[in-house]
Amino acid sequence: MEVVLNWLANSPDFAVPYALAALGLILSERSGVLSLGAEGLMLVGALIGVGAQLAFGAEGISLFLAMLAASAVSLLFAMMVIVLRVNQVIAGLALVFFCQGLTSLLGTLLNWTNQALTGIGAVPFGAMADWPVVGHILFNQNIIVYLTVPIFILATLFLNRSTTGLRLRAVGENPQAADAAGLSVGWYRLGAIVAGAALIGLAGAYMSVYSTKLWVAGMTGGRGWIAVGLVIFARWSPWRALAGALLFGCIEALIPQLAAAGVKLPQYFVLMTPYVVTLGVMVWVAMAKSGHDGEPGALGQPYVREERG
Amino acid sequence: MPVALQLTGIRKTFDGFVALDNAAFSAEWGEVHALLGENGAGKSSLMNIAAGLYAPEAGQMFLDDNPVRLAGPSDAARHHIGMVHQHFKLVRPFTAAENILLGNPISREDGSYRSKLRRMETAIRETAAELGFELDPTKRVAQLSVAEQQRVEILKVLLAGAKILILDEPAAVLTDQESERLLSTVAQLARRGSAVILVTHKMADVKTYADRVTVMRGGRTIDTVDPKVTQAAELVRLTVGEAITSPKRESRTPGEVRLGVRELKSSGAGIALNGVNLQVRAGEIYGLAGVGGNGQGELANAIMGLPALLDGSMELEGLGDLKAASTSERREMQIATIPADRYGLALAGGLSVAENFGIGQVHAGRYGSFWKLAKSKMETDAKEAVKAFDVQGVRSIRQKAALLSGGNAQKLVISREFSKAPKLVLAHSPSRGLDVRASAEVHGRLLAARDAGAAVLLISEDLDEVMSLADRIGVMVRGRIVAEFPQPASRQEIGQAMVDHA
Repeated sequence: MEVVLNWLANSPDFAVPYALAALGLILSERSGVLSLGAEGLMLVGALIGVGAQLAFGAEGISLFLAMLAASAVSLLFAMMVIVLRVNQVIAGLALVFFCQGLTSLLGTLLNWTNQALTGIGAVPFGAMADWPVVGHILFNQNIIVYLTVPIFILATLFLNRSTTGLRLRAVGENPQAADAAGLSVGWYRLGAIVAGAALIGLAGAYMSVYSTKLWVAGMTGGRGWIAVGLVIFARWSPWRALAGALLFGCIEALIPQLAAAGVKLPQYFVLMTPYVVTLGVMVWVAMAKSGHDGEPGALGQPYVREERG
Repeated sequence: MPVALQLTGIRKTFDGFVALDNAAFSAEWGEVHALLGENGAGKSSLMNIAAGLYAPEAGQMFLDDNPVRLAGPSDAARHHIGMVHQHFKLVRPFTAAENILLGNPISREDGSYRSKLRRMETAIRETAAELGFELDPTKRVAQLSVAEQQRVEILKVLLAGAKILILDEPAAVLTDQESERLLSTVAQLARRGSAVILVTHKMADVKTYADRVTVMRGGRTIDTVDPKVTQAAELVRLTVGEAITSPKRESRTPGEVRLGVRELKSSGAGIALNGVNLQVRAGEIYGLAGVGGNGQGELANAIMGLPALLDGSMELEGLGDLKAASTSERREMQIATIPADRYGLALAGGLSVAENFGIGQVHAGRYGSFWKLAKSKMETDAKEAVKAFDVQGVRSIRQKAALLSGGNAQKLVISREFSKAPKLVLAHSPSRGLDVRASAEVHGRLLAARDAGAAVLLISEDLDEVMSLADRIGVMVRGRIVAEFPQPASRQEIGQAMVDHA
């Protein structure tokens, strides 16, 4: 019982980075930009989050600066894929490697590595935190865990229940049609990339500032890639992505609990499971191909207006 | 009365290819103005400039006699210009209302998204009723028929406030009745004061609906005339330019049946092929006419061996079952195919001219075994073929095939396919997008193949092409061949067959 309770209480902590990063990716991919750079942007967010926390000691400022930094770096990616129309897969991979090198370098140069942060913890949610069982799992988390739910609600409302969201999706489904309707494909995609990067940066900062409470080079450990897979798994739907993030978070939270209970399970086996699930979903979607399956119609395609048909 | 839209001295190039050169056009309020010309004459490019989608390199545009420079499609919409594109610009997973809301001024007004959508749905129903047709604005575009999708496009520009309405080849995707309805609807809009520009290559539509017609050829404006007083023959002369002698088709006695198709059905979804029966004899051209989308593409694919799910039979004389044959077996049966999608199915744009030529016989081992490619032999062969088939614009045999113009790319396909005397030739819209001269050359090759004893199946939406080449003409409607006509066939009867069974 104790093991299960601890496991469930720890799961949101593991799920939040997946959820936020996946949401960021969904924003950008719904505009038709395939973003493989999440792993790199998460590292940027994680590093800057820790750095700002060391410098200013205020969580709000740290998270804000981390989001800003990830957005700034994403401008580089945006320039490559929107202005120069570089292949989005290659630009995304290059972004990851660039960020991996840059964050390792800065972390060492600025002496931010292995500097533990203090004074950040759970924020009990009033009296509800004292409720038996549920209180510990749901209402004794840190602030970002609580905020994740409204962020998802807002993002879903934006995508499905706003004119701007409609336009953003149009740009991702059929940029020719969006252009003919007078929308600027480039600007919408830029906005989506930058906003998405901010969420991905937040996911990274969450890991370093709230979970591990320190910066180590390469600390995201492939979670950005899992988020990329998660988006495919969720067929570009925010709610399914949140459910998937919870699933993956639960799987990951299981490792230390099982280890503590004395069950020997190779760590890599557990780390592999999200990918196995993602591959399974892709196979299933490919086999059950029927009409529209959520994948943005123009995902990964650069848009050139004056291309002769 | 000021001139609604005027374009003068327009020039536009695409990667060095001059699409428009000193083109001019003007349309007045209250008229249906047809823009007539062959494929590639520059009609669509010129209208894309008027709609703000392309930026001209030279020339001026006037609206109500005032010079304007459009920054983009939204700028055009502000100036009350709306264009219905030939290839619909619709977001398929969106509903009709969502599609129309995208660029509409309503979307910029206050109010919740839901209320805007409701207002848009009401506006769509009202305007549709005014124009005399029905449209469910809550249906997804992917579920709408082509004619309904076109209505969405028209409503989109009208609800955005368009007074200058440009329709690019609106009849191309419609049945005759549908296009009749559509054209009388837009004519009615012109009566109410709008300027309607009808881009077309159909002479009949020009004659019936247009108040004036401007003819374009080779990226230039040739003349603007009154279609009511100008003879059709004169319009054709203006469109085509100097009379090109079409290849002579001498009648000859056809041989025995080469290709026999019986009750061919596609067993997948839809009614793509619905029991096709046809026979093509050696030494004859069988022309298959019909409005596009009635199963012609599926039939061509079936003969090329692309879909697997088929009922019925397809036999090639002396060589057996064609239906079960693999693509390489089809090659051994000496079937030459000229698919409609030149770059999708016939050529690999990124490979060289020589490689594209040689690829057909690599499998048969003509250019070495599986590990050694006899490149020089392939290049020698390709050089000879390029010369024999008069493929122009080949600076080097190693240049990419994508650099060839449409006509020359088609000639390259033909040179490859005809390099081994074929027994059966399948040509699907072989002159689509080609200029008159290139078309004439392609037609000459088809006739030569026929005279050499091949059975030729010509599938084309261009009735003129079918009429001038075919020895027998079949009409395809809804996946069936509904009528067959021996030459000399009557154009009216063929057209009637297309309509009667639609």
